[in-house]
Amino acid sequence: MTDLADLTITEAGVGLRSGEFTSIDLLDAVNRRSAVTEAHLHAFLTLDRDGARAAAELADADLADGNDHGSLHGIPIALKDNMCTIGVETTASSQILKGWIPPYDATAVARLRSAGAVIVGKTNLDEFAMGSSTENSAFGETRNPWNTDHVPGGSSGGSAAAAAVGSAFGSFGSDTGGSVRQPAALCGVVGMKPTYGLVSRYGLIAFASSLDQIGPFSRSVADSVALLSAIAGWDRFDATSIDGPVPDFGGSLESGVQGLKIGIVKQLMADGIDPQIVAATRAVADKLQTAGAEVIEVSMPSTEFALSAYYLIAPAEASANLARFDGVRYGHRSGVEGTTEEMMAHSRAEGFGPEVIRRILLGTYALSAGYYDAFYGQAQKVRTLVRNDFMAAYEQVDVLISPTSPTTAFKVGERSTDPIAMYYSDVCTIPSNLSGDPAISVPIGTDDGGLPIGFQVMAPALGEERMYQVAAEVERLVEFAERPFLATSEVVAP
Amino acid sequence: MTTWEAVIGLETHVELSTRSKMFCSCPTEFGDEPNTAVCPVCLALPGALPVPNEEAIAGIVKIGLALDCEINESSLFYRKNYFYPDLPKNYQISQYTFPVCEHGSLTVDVGGEPTVVGITRVHMEEDTGKSSHIGDGGGRIHDAQHTLLDFNRAGVPLVEIVTEPDITSADQARAYAAELQRIVLSLDVSDAKLEAGSMRFDANVSVRPVGETTLGTRTETKNVNSLRSLHRAIVFEIDRQIKVRESGGRIVQETRHWNEDTGVTTSMRAKEESEDYRYFQDPDLLPLEVSPAWQEAIRSTIPALPAERRAAIIAEGVDAETAVILVDSDDLSGMFGEALGQGVPARTVALWLTGDVVAYLRRNDKTLADTSLIPEHLADLGRMVDVGDLSSSAAKEVLSAVLDGEGTPRAIAEQRDLLQVSDAGAIETAVDSVLEENADALEKIRGGDMKPFGFLVGQVMRHMGGKADPSVVRSVLEEKTSAN
Repeated sequence: MTDLADLTITEAGVGLRSGEFTSIDLLDAVNRRSAVTEAHLHAFLTLDRDGARAAAELADADLADGNDHGSLHGIPIALKDNMCTIGVETTASSQILKGWIPPYDATAVARLRSAGAVIVGKTNLDEFAMGSSTENSAFGETRNPWNTDHVPGGSSGGSAAAAAVGSAFGSFGSDTGGSVRQPAALCGVVGMKPTYGLVSRYGLIAFASSLDQIGPFSRSVADSVALLSAIAGWDRFDATSIDGPVPDFGGSLESGVQGLKIGIVKQLMADGIDPQIVAATRAVADKLQTAGAEVIEVSMPSTEFALSAYYLIAPAEASANLARFDGVRYGHRSGVEGTTEEMMAHSRAEGFGPEVIRRILLGTYALSAGYYDAFYGQAQKVRTLVRNDFMAAYEQVDVLISPTSPTTAFKVGERSTDPIAMYYSDVCTIPSNLSGDPAISVPIGTDDGGLPIGFQVMAPALGEERMYQVAAEVERLVEFAERPFLATSEVVAP
Repeated sequence: MTTWEAVIGLETHVELSTRSKMFCSCPTEFGDEPNTAVCPVCLALPGALPVPNEEAIAGIVKIGLALDCEINESSLFYRKNYFYPDLPKNYQISQYTFPVCEHGSLTVDVGGEPTVVGITRVHMEEDTGKSSHIGDGGGRIHDAQHTLLDFNRAGVPLVEIVTEPDITSADQARAYAAELQRIVLSLDVSDAKLEAGSMRFDANVSVRPVGETTLGTRTETKNVNSLRSLHRAIVFEIDRQIKVRESGGRIVQETRHWNEDTGVTTSMRAKEESEDYRYFQDPDLLPLEVSPAWQEAIRSTIPALPAERRAAIIAEGVDAETAVILVDSDDLSGMFGEALGQGVPARTVALWLTGDVVAYLRRNDKTLADTSLIPEHLADLGRMVDVGDLSSSAAKEVLSAVLDGEGTPRAIAEQRDLLQVSDAGAIETAVDSVLEENADALEKIRGGDMKPFGFLVGQVMRHMGGKADPSVVRSVLEEKTSAN
């Protein structure tokens, strides 16, 4: 008898409609799960018990009335704590926003509510989404459900862990340099980043405006389609959101890969990547070939510089986006006696963690007079080169594949004192943030330490349908059924 | 002894009277209660994003076209980064390279001499909130105990107009500012009130010896709240700079604050270096597209500009100064136009309107609409003067009575017995009597001494109870006194 918490969204949807169980039952199941796992994981910063209960009751009543809101109706999900939720504390995992209650919902959140989703709570992240391990949270790190001595990845570590362990059926994070895909890979779940502009950023606490996108975590590719479909589409409150028809993301889930051309990115299968991951990736590529795709090697030389370009562009944009946190209108205000300028400076120094401060300084420097051309200006040119590489690649192939992360989950504390080593975690994911194209991570196995390996599929802009098509085939081919240790019956049902 | 010349450039900020703010849908018109016209966007809450206001773009393009600028089909928004409590995001969304409008000009007239002032650029940005510094410093930040912030104004669309350093005197600066205000008002995009702050001028002033081609160090003077202050501040600053240079000192590049009460500019808190705004293109906003078709549609909404309207009135025979007054008042120019349409002599009506009517309205604290004056009144009055039924001075009295609502010009003239006699026959009779009574005066005139002529005119007027048309009296007298 499967614990309800381990069902996929698709399976839960069937049971809800057949009357086998209710949304309240689903909520109780995830609550029981998190009651056991949270002590070990700390995936959540806030559990909105009353709000979730009310939403589940409403979902059950609506369904009974014949008011079916679609695939997410009545499904308990979790949200990264950088998405504004009206009336529920939203902190971006920072002391500077501790206790801040947004007076409005992010557009994506409002759409999830309209879709009947049940928001169980807000998950942990690296402060202001800056990090690759969730160790930069001001409220304590999140652990990896496969091995709690290891990190879940970041910055959306809490959402990844919650989806992996079953304390939510699916969840949302944000991906600026890989912050959905990398923790998805490290936690053995599906995680994707949409085409830039496909999902509204209104109400997502900004890190890097030209790179941020909200993306879903799930335990199946089909679930990912359902989660994305609920939030995608033009929003008049986001001037960068794409105005056009929303593609049918799941239209080709069953189509297989016969006749498709798939490019394996040469530079992302090289020295910096763990050999077990390279081998696992190659094995899946071979399986895709056997399944009818033509797999060729594609060279993308600009990937060598993508990481550096990102670590100039993102901090530069962040230095301006985080300037609003000054203790004047909301958030932490220092009690220091002195001028307004002193109050603002002290509020920021007291409220921001070291990585955030590091990136603000870096970004300010990259934009400053005399340095703009050499740093920010140059990084934007590299960004164009990255885009050109992708465009050239997609003349040859339909999708690109690579590992998602150069390593499996590293140990807590292993990289936290070496920022550059930490930044390298994003080497496979950053290129598609720079290009604005969609990408997904699918779990394909574990390494000899039992830690999950993620496989990345990248597609051209608005090519989510093709991306999901290949991802679904990978899922079918690998039959990855393992669950993290914390979700096994030893732990959750002793 | 060096002769100095001033080099002046003006920066003007115009608040647009659009329905909503530049990047959100909060209203731009609000009452006194602070922080009521605000939302996540203009308060810069976490997660908020800007969306540009189409009406504001149309407004800035309108201003740019009226100033003969080139409109960039594609222009960019930039972030101008600096920390200040009344700037919620701690950056202002503004423009840097590729502003909406560039390379225009405005011709101003100073004492009959036209000067072409180049317009470097007209760009779009957003206004800040308002700070009230509370303490002993008289509203200045230096001695304040605390500051209150009102964000109602934060995010209101602001158009910045920058001139080339083509202005060479305070008079020219004032003329430019006045004309720019007229143009903005005629476009109906802003209420352009200097005292209320919906139109603000900053003056960049430098001096150099005449003949030198390099520019001297300039200062920027702010806090000018009227056209008169602008003039006074520039006069002061030019004078101050000359004195500094003549005593061997150097001008510090700085921002200065004009103090209306003391009549001086003072240095604002000195900065070591000029502020580095770290401009970069705003990633939350796409390039702004203003198509040629949209530009033309906007152009077609531009009414006849003040210069054009003044020229049309001057062409009717009215002098330049009177034309300025007429065009500056929609009420007066409306009345003028309609009276003209009824065939009244332009000069006469123009002078009545800008002289007698304006004086009357001021004295009685009324607007034109408060009176019962209609164009027909002016037409009748004009005709009566033209045919000699009323003297000019009588006409003024009648006009005043019309403004008071006493009735039509003819009715009033009759009631008050002001109608003139211009019938030559009646006047001849009177002239004959007077000449008979003053035979010696007649002798003198016939002998070539014109001195008694005026006295005789006066006598005829007295004879006719003051009601004779003086010009007819004169010509009859002339005829009858000519030696024959």
